[in-house]
Amino acid sequence: MSAVAVDGVWKYYGDYPALKNIRLTAERGACLALIGRNGAGKTTLLRIIAGFNRPGRGQVRIFGHEPRETDTRRQIGFLGHGISVYDELSAFENLKLYAELYNLPDPRGSATEWLERTGLARVSGGLVREFSRGMRQRLAVARAFLHEPSVLLLDEPFTALDDKAIAVLQRLLREALAQGKTIVMSTHQLREALELSSHVAMLNRGQVAFHGPCTPEMVSDPGYVYARYGEG
Amino acid sequence: MRDKILYGLGAFAILILINDIVHIMGLPDEVNQGAIFKIIFFHVPVAITALTAAAVALIASVLFLVTKNFVYDALAVAVTEVGLAFLAANLVTGSLWGRVIWGVYWAWDARLTSALVCWLLYAGYLMLRHAIEEPTQRATFAAVFSIFAFIDVPIVIFSIKWWRTQHPQPVFWGGGSFPSAWLPYFLWNLVAMLLIGTIFTMTRLRQEESQRELDYLRRLAHSM
Amino acid sequence: MGFLHQAFVITVKDLRAELRTKEAVNSSFAFALVILLLFSFAFDSFEETTQQMAGGLLWIVFAFAGTLILNRSFARELPNDCLDALIAAPISGAALFLGKAVANFILVMAVELISLPVFGIFSNVHWTRQFPELMLVLVLGSWGMTIIGTIFSALTVNIRLREVMLPMLTYPILIPPLMGAMQLTSGLVAGTPIAPDTVVWLKVLIGFDVVYTAVSLFLVETVLVG
Repeated sequence: MSAVAVDGVWKYYGDYPALKNIRLTAERGACLALIGRNGAGKTTLLRIIAGFNRPGRGQVRIFGHEPRETDTRRQIGFLGHGISVYDELSAFENLKLYAELYNLPDPRGSATEWLERTGLARVSGGLVREFSRGMRQRLAVARAFLHEPSVLLLDEPFTALDDKAIAVLQRLLREALAQGKTIVMSTHQLREALELSSHVAMLNRGQVAFHGPCTPEMVSDPGYVYARYGEG
Repeated sequence: MRDKILYGLGAFAILILINDIVHIMGLPDEVNQGAIFKIIFFHVPVAITALTAAAVALIASVLFLVTKNFVYDALAVAVTEVGLAFLAANLVTGSLWGRVIWGVYWAWDARLTSALVCWLLYAGYLMLRHAIEEPTQRATFAAVFSIFAFIDVPIVIFSIKWWRTQHPQPVFWGGGSFPSAWLPYFLWNLVAMLLIGTIFTMTRLRQEESQRELDYLRRLAHSM
Repeated sequence: MGFLHQAFVITVKDLRAELRTKEAVNSSFAFALVILLLFSFAFDSFEETTQQMAGGLLWIVFAFAGTLILNRSFARELPNDCLDALIAAPISGAALFLGKAVANFILVMAVELISLPVFGIFSNVHWTRQFPELMLVLVLGSWGMTIIGTIFSALTVNIRLREVMLPMLTYPILIPPLMGAMQLTSGLVAGTPIAPDTVVWLKVLIGFDVVYTAVSLFLVETVLVG
């Protein structure tokens, strides 16, 4: 059973199909890079996989279950464009809140641990609105990884990260893959993503233009996939 | 074919109305209220049609939420707009009656006040639709609001009636008697109003379908 | 984690975030004061008729000032895309909604309870005479307002002109409970206890609260996820 299985998914905005007959899988332990131009449907697809929107047709299965099932939601970690942490709360309060929502046995302990792992231990009591951008991004990463999800869904995670945050995220992603977790990540930063990825899928105008293993050629020349399978 | 049916029904409805109006004008004036009492032939059928429209809107909204079929969304908006127009006609005819009988255009009569509140509720439905651009979200949220609005209708009618019981005001139709011989005209008018309401709804439905096609083509063009 | 515990976590989060900035409560209370002041200019507080209207005026103040708090309810989740994280978390839409409704209710009640003495002073009204019954009406009326305001805050969170749409949608729906609250409050503030002919309004309030709490809990997931 695949970790993530997208089967015949269509997404309509009114009558207009933003996603057409998407078929993708990501096996356990795989890292799937989702690439494509802006407007190709990457964010739409990721949000459907995460369960934020329902597909018009077709289905998504995470370990064989619907994404919205309560137990499945526990296994999904989502990192979107926004950092999804509260400006008026402290870093610690934010993580403790999510730890409680995800039913972790020791919310305070988990929050403290992940603040350390993302290098934010010194500012744990600081309010998020006073953080620098890089610190906010690292807190967002901590929030997504906090409940040890088996499936990580990341929407352009490397965009707008400073060097320290990129290093933290790459380290955490490598650790996650080593633990057998599954990652689906949409990206424009082809180099950072393709270094980690085991598979690549390219979306073009709402359809899957390419889906296969990530080859060394792709890593050394990221534009290769676009040239070969895209439309200029 | 559909057009022909609509034209046919329209002609039928107009014939009924003309026939009724001619006869109603020939009827003797009502004893207490005079000629203006005859407005009841239009005021009440229009209200009944509006209420029917609200019920259809509710059913269409629920069906949309269950099936996600946009036909039900189109039906909900069409029938709500028609209901709104009929409610407005109800308010106007009631107001005219009040002007003649009581000398005031508005006297906070229970039924008219309830009609006004319901009009506001369904105007809110249309405003909500106008504020949401994305079709699926618009249909879903409008359907939810329609359910909230319809549940409020009986509560509103009851509350306003009780308010008026506690603070009595002149009651419309008070002191007027309705001879049973006039009932056929009333019923035919009701049929005519329901037909007209149906025709307007079908026409509006057609408009909704065209609009959806346009939206689709526009989005397709934008994605090129 | 139980449903109620999840709702409680959300209530605490909302209250903590609001009390850090106090944006909504401060503006709500300031707004209430301004309206009370305007009413004092519009109506002579020593007139008999104003005393009779007092209950009605009070609820207009509560309804308008309350909207400022209720509007923030789901809107506060928009910056940083926090709403996404809440929807993704294994918390039911109903628990999220209930948690927010309770937080809103506490904030709305706080503004009302602070406004009440001010109202008493400006309008020259002794509102303590039937205090327990007045509190009951305040609680029932405010809960009705809160439930509708919170669910419609969810409904309007992503649309344009949100601040304008929310009042225009909620006030017509709230006419029955506002009417009931006004009728009851006018009597209580004048010193007359709830009589058999006014107890009907209490039933309207309770009925409205029960029905719409149930409907909102049922439909909130549809509003949040579609």
